[in-house]
Amino acid sequence: MKNEWPLWEIFIRGQHGLSHRHVGSLHAPDAEMAVKNARDVYTRRNEGVSIWVVEAKHITATAPGDKGPLFEPSESKVYRHPTFYDIPDEVGNM
Amino acid sequence: MVEVDKQALLQFLLRMGDNTLVLGHRVSEWCGHSPVLEEDIALANTALDLIGQTQLWLGYAAEVQGEGKTADDLAFLRDAWDFRNLLLVELPNGDFGRTLMRQFLFDAWHAIILGRLMKSSDTTVAEIAEKASKEVAYHLERSADTVVGLGDGTQESHDRMQAALDYLWPYVGEMFDSDEADEQMVAAGISVNPATLREEYGALVGRVLSEATLTIPESRFAHKGGRTGYMHTEHLGHLLCTMQWLPRAYPGCQW
Amino acid sequence: MYAQLVKTAGTGVKSKEEMTEEERAFQDKIDRDIKIEPRDWMPDDYRATLIRQIGQHAHSEIVGQLPEGNWITRAPTLERKAILLAKVQDEAGHGLYLYCAAETLGVSRDEITEMLLDGRMKYSSIFNYPTLNWADIGAVGWLVDGAAIMNQVPLQRTSYGPYSRAMIRICKEESFHQRQGYDAIRKMAEGTPEQKKMAQDALNRLWFPSLMMFGPSDKDSVHSAQSMAWKIKINTNDELRQKFVDQTVPQIEFLGLDLPDPGIKWNEERGHYDYTDPDWTEFFNVIKGNGPCNVDRLSDRKNAWDDGAWVREGLMEHARKKAAREHAAE
Repeated sequence: MKNEWPLWEIFIRGQHGLSHRHVGSLHAPDAEMAVKNARDVYTRRNEGVSIWVVEAKHITATAPGDKGPLFEPSESKVYRHPTFYDIPDEVGNM
Repeated sequence: MVEVDKQALLQFLLRMGDNTLVLGHRVSEWCGHSPVLEEDIALANTALDLIGQTQLWLGYAAEVQGEGKTADDLAFLRDAWDFRNLLLVELPNGDFGRTLMRQFLFDAWHAIILGRLMKSSDTTVAEIAEKASKEVAYHLERSADTVVGLGDGTQESHDRMQAALDYLWPYVGEMFDSDEADEQMVAAGISVNPATLREEYGALVGRVLSEATLTIPESRFAHKGGRTGYMHTEHLGHLLCTMQWLPRAYPGCQW
Repeated sequence: MYAQLVKTAGTGVKSKEEMTEEERAFQDKIDRDIKIEPRDWMPDDYRATLIRQIGQHAHSEIVGQLPEGNWITRAPTLERKAILLAKVQDEAGHGLYLYCAAETLGVSRDEITEMLLDGRMKYSSIFNYPTLNWADIGAVGWLVDGAAIMNQVPLQRTSYGPYSRAMIRICKEESFHQRQGYDAIRKMAEGTPEQKKMAQDALNRLWFPSLMMFGPSDKDSVHSAQSMAWKIKINTNDELRQKFVDQTVPQIEFLGLDLPDPGIKWNEERGHYDYTDPDWTEFFNVIKGNGPCNVDRLSDRKNAWDDGAWVREGLMEHARKKAAREHAAE
């Protein structure tokens, strides 16, 4: 039987109020140990207030080949960005 | 308030500080040699916490002693008979299983006594305990999980953990031993009678070891002599030879 | 440099005309500084070379724990012990980050570890030298980490995303390593005559092995061009070595130690220090396994791995049992 510990992806909330961010990976036999290992490996310098772990095989990702159809259509929708609109200075901050 | 006997307080502080000093040293011996990187890093964290606690306990001990010494002087320039650590923590690491079993048996006691010391009448003691207890709560969680994982793992890991427990158990009883210095600490409200920790310890250790499918040896026999300094194991001398060599070979240097 | 003699796979740099359409698109991304990510198309030779390079780098971190670890139990103060332990622990962390980067290329950590242990993969020659006195710990942080940082800082811009991100994290953490080393050796250089003797001895012994860390001279580095085109090697060996010498000589002078090489002289015309080249015969000998510590280093790693097998298996088996129990209870 293969005994290599599964790979886990580690997400850490750096400060209160921020989103969790991917910081790296590690190996652990199960989720509880993955959390503990993440604490020891990735928060040695006081980097976190909360940890998420996800076994790497459970992550579903976009395929690199789909980059065009998935992400390029939004490039042309400039009207979603605030800088698209001209507001006269007299109106004040908006 | 009861007048605190300085010698008794010093004994108490050395007992706390020598435990963390000697165990921190033992755990640091693993660095670079653990079964897996994640464990290597975790063990180093434990050792670092213990070294930090040593600086606090022995720093305060040196202050109470009042001879102008430092924590380093106490760590590096005392001989074996002056050490007041439990025999348990000076035992050699053995395999990874024995190291983690020793860690768990110590962590359980350490967590319980620190909980009591947070209410110490001596504010310095209470402050050190407050800081240390957060670190030790994690040590205990981690060592308990590992003892359970290895006890209830493969047949081989189970057998090795049972052997570790059989070897180490006779060194547990010393934790609950007490003498006149302890009585004075109790009277002054600085510490507690070690015997009063036994029940909580028994419940905690019993629960974890049973989850680990391990059997606590029936014999209540306990080796003693560490916390009084009367009779250490042969192992402590070798540990000190290594640890103290530089400052003793080149006295008076700044490092 | 922790990756010294990485053999680049393939037949050398192809011209754009010789490339297939996929290869051209790939090279084009690299030229425009767009990172290559794990699931992107990449040439097999790029993948193979990266696995070798990242693997060698990771192994160097792990084997590199040993010479410094040699002094953890003999550190002369509690603070020095804590600093050294934290530093050697960081090396383990850096090895871990790099193994994870290698894993994104399709080789598991266990596989790549086996390759180290059975001699198929190498680690930096520097770690086959012994640490003999306490000042060596200062010298290793100052010189060895200093040389490593010189190589690692530009590698933060390497073309492979996971490798680049690992390097960024490593460089951030490593910034204290060199400083603690210099601080430690400075205490020795400014200490008693005996301490100063230790510092000089450490510098003399570790100087040339540190210069070797950058790998052989450019004229003998046959594989550099392709790796540079792929941006997995950013500077040439001699460039980095010169930079290291230029940076380090004034630091030696500040310590008041004697220069470890009588050939070190400021060359006004070049605007650099001249220095004596390390003994490359010794270097190739160390790489071949004949350094002072090769056998011991590898057997230490092998023992840790073999003796730890029951622990890894035990904890994995427990996780399986626990999952099965939870499953049955549902």
